[in-house]
Amino acid sequence: MKRARLIILAAAAAVLFLCPPPASAHLNSTGMGPVYDGLLHFLLSPEDIVPVVALALLAGLRGPEYGRRALLLLPASWFVGCFLGTMFQWAASWPVAAISFLVFGGLVAANAQLSLRTMTVLAALLGLVHGWMNGAGAAWSFSLFGTYAGLVGGVFVVVVLVSAFVIKLRPPWARIAVRVAGSWIVASGLLLLGWAARRG
Amino acid sequence: MKQPVSGLLARCLPLAVVALCFSQSAEAHVEKGEAIGFLTGLRHPISGLDHVLAMISVGLWGAQLGAPAVWVLPVAFPMVMALGAMMGLMGIPLPGTEYGIAASMILLGAVVLLEVKPPLWVAGCLVAFFAIFHGHAHGTELPPGQNGLLYSMGFVCATGLLHGVGISIGLVHRWTWGQMFLRLAGAFTASMGVFFVWKAFA
Repeated sequence: MKRARLIILAAAAAVLFLCPPPASAHLNSTGMGPVYDGLLHFLLSPEDIVPVVALALLAGLRGPEYGRRALLLLPASWFVGCFLGTMFQWAASWPVAAISFLVFGGLVAANAQLSLRTMTVLAALLGLVHGWMNGAGAAWSFSLFGTYAGLVGGVFVVVVLVSAFVIKLRPPWARIAVRVAGSWIVASGLLLLGWAARRG
Repeated sequence: MKQPVSGLLARCLPLAVVALCFSQSAEAHVEKGEAIGFLTGLRHPISGLDHVLAMISVGLWGAQLGAPAVWVLPVAFPMVMALGAMMGLMGIPLPGTEYGIAASMILLGAVVLLEVKPPLWVAGCLVAFFAIFHGHAHGTELPPGQNGLLYSMGFVCATGLLHGVGISIGLVHRWTWGQMFLRLAGAFTASMGVFFVWKAFA
C-alpha cells in the first residue's frame, strides 16, 4: 500500500519537474520579502558562495571540532561584517573574492594542517570581509535585518551541509577528490585575478 | 517480497534527475547574457576535440602512473591552465598556441602509448607546460558580454571533469587487455595531434 502511494507520489513529482514555471528569482519584484532576498543573493553569488564552500571543505577535512567552529563563527562574523559595511559605506577596490578563492582553495588543495586557532581567525576574517562587501552597497533600513538574516542563514546552511558531508568521507580517494575541488577553486581565483587586472 | 522504502526511493531518484535535466530555463538573475557564462565556459573545453583528447590523456597517463601522479597531474593541470588563461585575459600574447595544443596531443598520446614512467616532477612539468597553451586558448576565446568569473569556473570544472573521465577509463589498466586498450587510446590521441598540426599549418 505504502509502495503504491510512493510510486504515485514519485510520478506526480516527475510530472511537476517536467513543467516548472520560470523562477523569476529577483525577489524585489516578487514581494517575497527581505529574508528570501538576502538568502538568494548569497546563493546566486559565486563570489560569496565559493569561498564559504572552500572554508567548509577545509573544516570538513580537519574534523568535527573545526566544522563546529566554522559553523558558529562564520555566520556570526558575516552578520557583523554586513552591518559594519552598511555603517561605513566603503567597499574595497582590490579583488576580495579572488584573494578568498586563492587562500581558501589553496588551503584545501594543500590539505593544510591548521590549528583550531588559525581556523577560527580565518573563518572570522572571511565572514567579516565578505559580509562587509555585502553590506557596503546597502542603504540603512529596517528591512536590512531580514535581508542579512536570510543571507547569514544561507551561509549557515552551506557550511552545515558541506562540512558534514566531508567529515563523513572515509575512503582516501574521496578526500583526494575534495582536495582536487580545492585546486579548481584556486584556478578560478587566478582567473578572477586576471579579470580584475583586465578591467584595470 | 516487501521492498524497503529506501530502495524504492533510490529507484525513483534517477527518474527525478532525468526529469530535472529537461526542465525549462529558470531566468534567475537575468544579467543580460552574463548568467550564461558558466555554461559557455563548461562547453568551451568539450567543444574542441584537441582539448578533449589532451585532457583525457592527462587522466589516462595519471592512471597508468598510479598514486600519487593519478591526482597530482589533474591538480597541477587546472592551476597552471588558469595561469595561461590569465595571460590570455590580460592580452599577453603566446605565440603558436594552436601548435602547442597539437603538440600536447602528440606528446601526451605518445607517453600513454609507450607507457612512459618518468619521475613525478618531470610528469608534472610536462603536463603543466602544455596546460599553459590550453589555458591561453580558453582565456582569449571568451565571447563578449559574458560573466568572466562564471565562464572561468565553467571551463575549470569541464577540464577537471575531463581529467576524471580519463582517470575512470584508466581504471582498466589493471587488466592486460586494458593496458593494451590504453596504449591504443594513446596512439589515437597522438595521431589526432599530428592531424591538428597539419591543420594548423594548412
